[in-house]
Amino acid sequence: MKFEPVLLARAGRERSQAIDTYLADGGYETLRKVLTGGWTPEAVTEEVKKSGLRGRGGAGFPTGVKWGFVPKDTRGKPVYLLCNADESEPGTFKDRLLMEEDPHQMIEGQIISAYAIKCRNSYVYIRGEFFHGARVVQRAIDEAYEKGFLGENILGSGFSHDITVHRGAGAYICGEETGLIESLEGKRGQPRVKPPFPAVVGVFGAPTIVNNVETLCCVTHVLKRGADWFAKIGRNEKNTGPKLYCLSGHVNRPGVYEAPMGLPMKELLFGDDYGRGMKDGRRVKAVIPGGASAPMLTAEEIEDCPLDFDGLVAKKSMLGSAAIVVMNEDTCIVDAARNLAKFFSHESCGQCTPCREGTPWLYRVLTRIETGEGRLEDIDLLEKISNQMANGMTICVFADAAIAPVLSSVGKFRDEYRHHVEHKKCLVDSRAVVEATV
Amino acid sequence: MTSRRYAVEPTGRPAEFPPAARERIERILARYPTKQAALLPVLWVAQETWGWISKEAAEEVARILELTPAHVSGVLTFYTMYNLEPVGRYLLQFCTSISCHLAGAEGLVDHCRKRLGIELGGTTPDRKFTMVEVECIAGCDRAPSMMLNDTYHEPMDAAKLDALIASLP
Repeated sequence: MKFEPVLLARAGRERSQAIDTYLADGGYETLRKVLTGGWTPEAVTEEVKKSGLRGRGGAGFPTGVKWGFVPKDTRGKPVYLLCNADESEPGTFKDRLLMEEDPHQMIEGQIISAYAIKCRNSYVYIRGEFFHGARVVQRAIDEAYEKGFLGENILGSGFSHDITVHRGAGAYICGEETGLIESLEGKRGQPRVKPPFPAVVGVFGAPTIVNNVETLCCVTHVLKRGADWFAKIGRNEKNTGPKLYCLSGHVNRPGVYEAPMGLPMKELLFGDDYGRGMKDGRRVKAVIPGGASAPMLTAEEIEDCPLDFDGLVAKKSMLGSAAIVVMNEDTCIVDAARNLAKFFSHESCGQCTPCREGTPWLYRVLTRIETGEGRLEDIDLLEKISNQMANGMTICVFADAAIAPVLSSVGKFRDEYRHHVEHKKCLVDSRAVVEATV
Repeated sequence: MTSRRYAVEPTGRPAEFPPAARERIERILARYPTKQAALLPVLWVAQETWGWISKEAAEEVARILELTPAHVSGVLTFYTMYNLEPVGRYLLQFCTSISCHLAGAEGLVDHCRKRLGIELGGTTPDRKFTMVEVECIAGCDRAPSMMLNDTYHEPMDAAKLDALIASLP
């Protein structure tokens, strides 16, 4: 049986962003059911727990369980819900599509989620570059106010809620939930020490839940069609629901594809409904399965690789934001690792010394190897630096992310590194190495 | 981690928001429990008002939000999208992160550099164009991706870029 898209069911349709088309497709009926059909906030949370929904932002933490961490007694403090729309993980472009194409799906999920955690005010923290996305979401919020789905006493239920769009200004680290919270408070987006976790002490010192755009979209469908329906989609009970995969790199048809959680990697790359194979018939050399932060996989490793949280943990990598970047046999791995290292070097928030100093150091060493200035001991040095940066040496997991492409590429493609040092050029082609520019 | 400093308004006069911008700021403040939380949105208002954020503008924002100029400076220099000096009328932003890199983004940047005769971060003498390199802007399936001011143009190639540049008044 062919899989019917859930999250992208309306994307691409004419005026899919407008509330009248959303209402015509049964939009906000789920919100009405929840608010006026006898659902308690606890029952909504239970339903989401039962669905097995895990966060779609990168960490894959069970959403209902996260909601359950909000204290029963908040000592008079309000509870906040923050929609994480700061999509910045290299290779990821699903939330942009969800917001630009079907903003009401997200807003309905956000209001339902807010009801579940008894939240009066929520924010959409959207990355600064999404000018268009922010306008589309703001227009949708305005429409929702006009129709009475936001504001005071929604649908006569006694539940009131306001949503504010808050634009970021260019900082990858604000996608980390405590970095996002700091940023929303009007500070540099430097992550906080945990515990306390945001569900207990978050934004403005109050209990706070941060959920990804796609997660909130899923909430709408869990409540619309039931936890059992949601849990039946996917590979097993720990990896449930529909999932958006961001496919980019050297494939014939890059794009955002929706499939049940656990779609085999090979099918995403080669299937007719998905990537349709490698561009120019080249072979796969390496695949980044979950955005820049995820360890690379070799062509052999993707042979039997379900794209879900546990499938990729089994491969010692991660699903992350489900950003699959495909590199063909002509790709220089050192060059790719250097590009990723440059990203992390630029985006380190500067708070913790191992990360602030380690990320540019990795970039410098990789640059040296790439430009033919490398020494054999540099290859070991990359591993040494990496091992001193992560695994609890820093406040957040940014450094762990930064070393992932370095360690995985050195570990799996050591010959290429060695060739670069010994021959001062790439293994993949005979071009002379580029002039040192750094 | 980058080190950025902001420039000083040549006139040296304090910046004052026009009335419409002041009204916007009041509406923004109503959405947050603290004045400080309005800092990023108010800085956006400043940038939309003047095109960049001068030291004087930053000080005016600090005054309105009851923050120290040092705090505002710290925030301004942390985020990459606030222009700390005047930029050209058209800001060309090239993504060079992994997917765009695999699609030849650097070649496109080189082409633009030669076409405009400026380096990354530079502005043409007529103040028409500024070109910068940015990290992943979520246009990976249409790589190489780029933005012209607040609009995506993707996928981009040398010929399309020439046509785009030529079409700008």
